[in-house]
Amino acid sequence: MVEILNVSNLSTAFQSDYGSKQALKNISFKINEGEVLALVGESGSGKTVTSLSIMGLLPNNAYIQEGNINLIDKKNNQVNILKLTDDKHNLIRGNDISMVFQEPMTCLNPTMTIGDQIVEVILNHKKISKTKAVKEMIDLLGLVEIPDPTQRAREYPHQLSGGMRQRVMISIALACTPKLIIADEPTSALDVTIQAQLLQLLMKLKNSIVSKTSILFITHDLGIVRELADRVIVMYQGRVLEIGSVRQILKSPLHPYTRGLLAAIPALAKKGHRLATISSVVGDEDIDTAYPLTRLKDGRQVSLSPQALERITNG
Amino acid sequence: MKNFSIILKRFLLNKGSAFGGIFLLIIIIGAIFAPLIAPYNWNEVDTGPRLAPPSWDFLFGTDIHGRDVFSRIVYGARYSLSVGVISVLFGIVAGSIFGITIAYIGGRVDIIGSRVIDVMFGFPSFLLSLLVVAIIGVGLWNVVFAVGLASIPHFARIIRSAALQVKEQPYIEACVNMGFGKIRIMFNHILPNIFPIIIVIATMDLGGAIISIASLSFLGLGAQPPEPEWGAMLSSGREYMRYAPWTMIYPGLFLFLTVMSVNLLGDRLSIALDARQSVDKGKV
Repeated sequence: MVEILNVSNLSTAFQSDYGSKQALKNISFKINEGEVLALVGESGSGKTVTSLSIMGLLPNNAYIQEGNINLIDKKNNQVNILKLTDDKHNLIRGNDISMVFQEPMTCLNPTMTIGDQIVEVILNHKKISKTKAVKEMIDLLGLVEIPDPTQRAREYPHQLSGGMRQRVMISIALACTPKLIIADEPTSALDVTIQAQLLQLLMKLKNSIVSKTSILFITHDLGIVRELADRVIVMYQGRVLEIGSVRQILKSPLHPYTRGLLAAIPALAKKGHRLATISSVVGDEDIDTAYPLTRLKDGRQVSLSPQALERITNG
Repeated sequence: MKNFSIILKRFLLNKGSAFGGIFLLIIIIGAIFAPLIAPYNWNEVDTGPRLAPPSWDFLFGTDIHGRDVFSRIVYGARYSLSVGVISVLFGIVAGSIFGITIAYIGGRVDIIGSRVIDVMFGFPSFLLSLLVVAIIGVGLWNVVFAVGLASIPHFARIIRSAALQVKEQPYIEACVNMGFGKIRIMFNHILPNIFPIIIVIATMDLGGAIISIASLSFLGLGAQPPEPEWGAMLSSGREYMRYAPWTMIYPGLFLFLTVMSVNLLGDRLSIALDARQSVDKGKV
């Protein structure tokens, strides 16, 4: 399996007048080609900061303390994202890594037709003629199952429903067939039916056209994780608690926090019970989360530093 | 076309903007077809007796050189309107570029840029135009440039704050994520979204610009005789006000009506362009 993104020992902190606060504490993970990696955790656990660090879009008061993010780009070069200049980074954004946002209602420019917006992305990264780009745009809209693409392309975002707009956002993310798509809670703002349709679409796309594209799927919803993901990262307080396959994490979670998270899913079948809650809130430091728990090949559970872990897995 | 008729309806429903619109339309048509409308050559001396009072031959009377005031006012509309529009255009283009740039880049650029605006605000804008004319010299186009320049801080400040608001919108963040460059984001994505604001403040400012240019011409800094600019006509009629008030009253009246029409229209513009308003429910 080819590894396309490698985040190692990443620490990101926010500087404020009250001192600096670490939002990501020494996190490491990898994404393989074509895999869907789900990033789960409660609000404030560092999911979005992780994606912003990868995109290089941290706010001004945030800075990377240490670590590396290495990406294999389309030309098979390894680039360290954190060491790029802004211009170089713009070549990667939208081209090698693209993003689908949480809020489809406000993520499209209200003054441009959706067709123009997709064409603009294509022309920004590919050296092709405008007519060719328009053709690609129509194909993309068809790909994300928007009915009557030629007609729809001429419409403005306000003429489309939320689900349609999210489809357009997905088509923009796919426009340059990127290596990695970061989907930051792409279905949270939509109602359940539309959510299901979009997830079906994503799964269909994943199994066919964009099988080589990896997806980093940020979500709260463990149901979606089960449906869509190959592997899962559980984050808490800026640390990676647990990494494993969907099966491992959902069936036999190692970390007590993960167990709590799974127990907190409300079930309709159990009537008359109080819903399970997780006692700790963001800001508690009492959970021992120094290093992620990892499963070794022989089934043992260990909490080791990444360096030590590498030694074990390599030898 | 449907949108246009709704906007037109909104203008006509209000008495003020209906008057403003119709009057401005008359002025614009007059300016365009001036050679057909003006009964005499605007610059021909002794077309009639000097300082003749208004009559059927000379609708607004004649001035000290015996030139027909009506013909001069019709031709003068060409100056007053076009110079106003050009100076506002100049101010708004420069102000937009400046305002959007400092708002989008932010940080130190924004701080320094905003202080520059503050410093320019320190001067009354009329004084600023006077200063610029003093430096670059007398002449109608210099005055247009000066008035435009003096309006930049005003435009830049409003556009900066509008751009700051748009900059925080998710679709701009999405643009960054698509790898668009700064210039493309600023002028392809932020600018169209603040365009309604730009149109409204430009119209609001048009009246002021016409007055400023006429004032500078009145002071003899702008249009030079024999050009029939209204401000300059006021100035040349000044000495004969007691014997021939029509040489001042009519240019002044037209200046006043034009500026008032522009302002009435400008007041209405923001409402007319607002898609959420309803014509029928009497909210407009």
